[in-house]
Amino acid sequence: MTHAAHASHHYTSTGLDNRKIAIWAFIGSECLFFGSLISTYLIYKNRSLVGPFPHEAWTNPQTGETVKAILDIPVTSASTFVLLMSSLFMVLAHAAVVRGDRKYSKIWLVSTALAGTVFLGFQAYEFTSFVHEGLTLKTNLFGSSFFILTGFHGAHVTAGVIWLLTLFFIDLKRGLRPTDAINVDLCALYWHFVDVVWIAIFTLIYLIP
Amino acid sequence: MATTVAPPPAVAVPASRYERGLWSWLATVDHKRIGQLYLYTAVTFFLIGGLEALIIREQLRGPNGTLVSAETYNQLFTMHGTTMIFLVIMPLSAAFFNYLIPLQIGARDVAFPRLNAFSYWVFLLGALFMNASWLFGAAPDGGWFGYTPLTTKAYAPGMNIDFWVLGLQILGISSLASGFNFLTTIINLRAPGMHLMRMPIFTWMSFVTQFLIILAFPIITVALTFLQLDRFFGTNFYTTAAGGDPLLWQHLFWLFGHPEVYILILPAFGLVSEVLPTFTRKPLFGYPVMVYSGVLIGFLGFGVWAHHMFAVGMGPIADSAFGVTTMLIAIPTGVKIFNWLATLHGGSIRFTTSAMFAIGFIALFTIGGVSGVMHSSPPADLQQTDTYFVVAHFHYVMFGGSMMGIFAGAYYYFPKITGRLLSERLGKVHFWLTFIGMNLTFFPMHFAGLNGMPRRVYTYAAGQGWDLENMVSTWGARMLAVATLVFVYNLIRSRRQGERSGNDPWGAPTLEWSLHSPPPEYNYAVIPTVRSRYPLWDLKAAHRSAHEPHEHDGDMPTLAPETLAPDTPPPTARQLGITMPTPTLKPLIASIGLTAIFVGLIWNKSLPIMLGGTALFVVALYAWLLSPLEEHEE
Repeated sequence: MTHAAHASHHYTSTGLDNRKIAIWAFIGSECLFFGSLISTYLIYKNRSLVGPFPHEAWTNPQTGETVKAILDIPVTSASTFVLLMSSLFMVLAHAAVVRGDRKYSKIWLVSTALAGTVFLGFQAYEFTSFVHEGLTLKTNLFGSSFFILTGFHGAHVTAGVIWLLTLFFIDLKRGLRPTDAINVDLCALYWHFVDVVWIAIFTLIYLIP
Repeated sequence: MATTVAPPPAVAVPASRYERGLWSWLATVDHKRIGQLYLYTAVTFFLIGGLEALIIREQLRGPNGTLVSAETYNQLFTMHGTTMIFLVIMPLSAAFFNYLIPLQIGARDVAFPRLNAFSYWVFLLGALFMNASWLFGAAPDGGWFGYTPLTTKAYAPGMNIDFWVLGLQILGISSLASGFNFLTTIINLRAPGMHLMRMPIFTWMSFVTQFLIILAFPIITVALTFLQLDRFFGTNFYTTAAGGDPLLWQHLFWLFGHPEVYILILPAFGLVSEVLPTFTRKPLFGYPVMVYSGVLIGFLGFGVWAHHMFAVGMGPIADSAFGVTTMLIAIPTGVKIFNWLATLHGGSIRFTTSAMFAIGFIALFTIGGVSGVMHSSPPADLQQTDTYFVVAHFHYVMFGGSMMGIFAGAYYYFPKITGRLLSERLGKVHFWLTFIGMNLTFFPMHFAGLNGMPRRVYTYAAGQGWDLENMVSTWGARMLAVATLVFVYNLIRSRRQGERSGNDPWGAPTLEWSLHSPPPEYNYAVIPTVRSRYPLWDLKAAHRSAHEPHEHDGDMPTLAPETLAPDTPPPTARQLGITMPTPTLKPLIASIGLTAIFVGLIWNKSLPIMLGGTALFVVALYAWLLSPLEEHEE
């Protein structure tokens, strides 16, 4: 409620901070970005000429080798759970900053970043194991559209982790005050959005065969 | 903090190097300066794009032209289209967004001044990147819509398409950044009392345009990213041999490409809707309907894309659906045309150059609109597609529409930007040369096209029934070249020697004309309170009614003290104690870092350049985000 006292707080038509409106516009734009990537994946579903395939086994006609369905749903369910939990941590971090709780703001910020990093670790593991099983960017349509879609999502998570760590270090250095809550709020909106995108990806790409 | 020797300076320190000279332009975050940068850059590219068009026309003047080779011809028409769309009309619109939106809504700057500077620099570097291709003799040659698989590595192994893909990616970042910025500005920085239905119509049309930009550009970003990955990293998105669908690109491209058409035309709609009321001395006819039709065009603009693809055989259902939506979108557009005509009807029209361009716009855009509806019907389109008929159509829309509207806006707003009027005499010459030249160039193309002349052919045999049409088109193009030189000469000459305009040379109704010309850096010393759509007309009416008792609803705007004051230089921000954003080079440095990443990619995927660019970008971005926008006096 001390916002009005803050020097850089100008009059706005809606009473909202400019950055809050901009981040919503950005998220709207990102919906079209991920929408296009997901649509492409779905359009190319079941149209790969060679394997490996996401949901069914494939026998290589040249070598006679069989590759099982490549998506590992239990492992990805675990990483999805971690990412979903990170959204909870994010909410707690924001709440801590709003009430001026220096201790828990740090704990929850770093927890969110950590959960994001664990998710990225899962993704790195998934990508390397796929490559070992013979699926790369160049293998087939599935490889191209899968790696680019999930890769872009991973890049967004990475940017989010960097943003969270930046906030964490600012918190360490000078402490985030309740007047800084808007900064955490913006990061939180972004983070939740990236999380929601993952729910769409997990459902459409992993769960629906 | 200042406890010792020197007394702290009385004011924040925008050093003098930030006020004059090259440095002041490199470090500026002032929306009016950035607007001018966009303007002058875009005019330069207009000359380049125009020269490309002129060479094309000279090549096609008669049968069996030999001026340029087929390869060069491909590069010329590709770069002509790409330049005119992305480096001329969009940045000219951006020039007006920048200059006008804060003035029209009563703000001191845009929501994010440094992001605004960043958008401009990224645009400039992207434009230079794209045109650097000429130096390597490898200008893009896949047409402005770059259809795959023609543009995949297998069929276009040179660097040409690389320049195109990466150049458009850079330009897209600029457009997106400015889209978020202006959207926020319009939503959040309107002066007290300026609710949405009191916004000047140019700001309204710009508002719709920003929505289109932020929703359409991510789609082309994805389409280009696929092509970029296919070309640089061997993915299969557009590889037909791997099962890739050749229509994927077309759908993604036109899902962007058709909203893009409205991104190009809506700002011109807005400018014409500002010009006509002033020069007819009448409020815009049906303001709310103008707003709603603009919004409706924005919505429908996302539902018509596949009318560019009737020839690929999507089947009767898709063809019919897109035919119908295309016919539908003509309705709000037609409503606009009738509203402009109704604004003219019964008005006391002053035929200034600006008004003439606005009226010319209505005539020519209507022709372009009508030929557009003609190919909304799939069977008719099958005859017209890929012929000069289509070329005629979109030039009537882009040149007869967007450019004529922008010219109307340029003559109208030049006095606000420079404090001087453009020469009306040269202006009239410019108008008539443009109007006649434009019709001579593009009207015969309708006939050439219907008689079967395909587009994008670098030469043709004699006696196919197009010889005269092509000859006339070429003479028209020469006329347009002269017209453009007259315009540029007028711009340069009037900047220094034009007649002084004062604050409000036209008797205009909107807020920006209450300011000095050019406006001071802070725009409004006191943020005005707005009570109607035409605050200045209300004010003048009130002045009149002071002498002759006149019926007035008492809705008086409160304007800054300098309103309607004589032509004295306004006080500086410093004198008034207004804190303005501090000039900074950080956006420029960040944009250089960002562009370097793309330079590295095209430079044989040079890792050092890409990593260096990334590092520069990240460092500049952190320095920018962690430093305050304004230096506060404590």
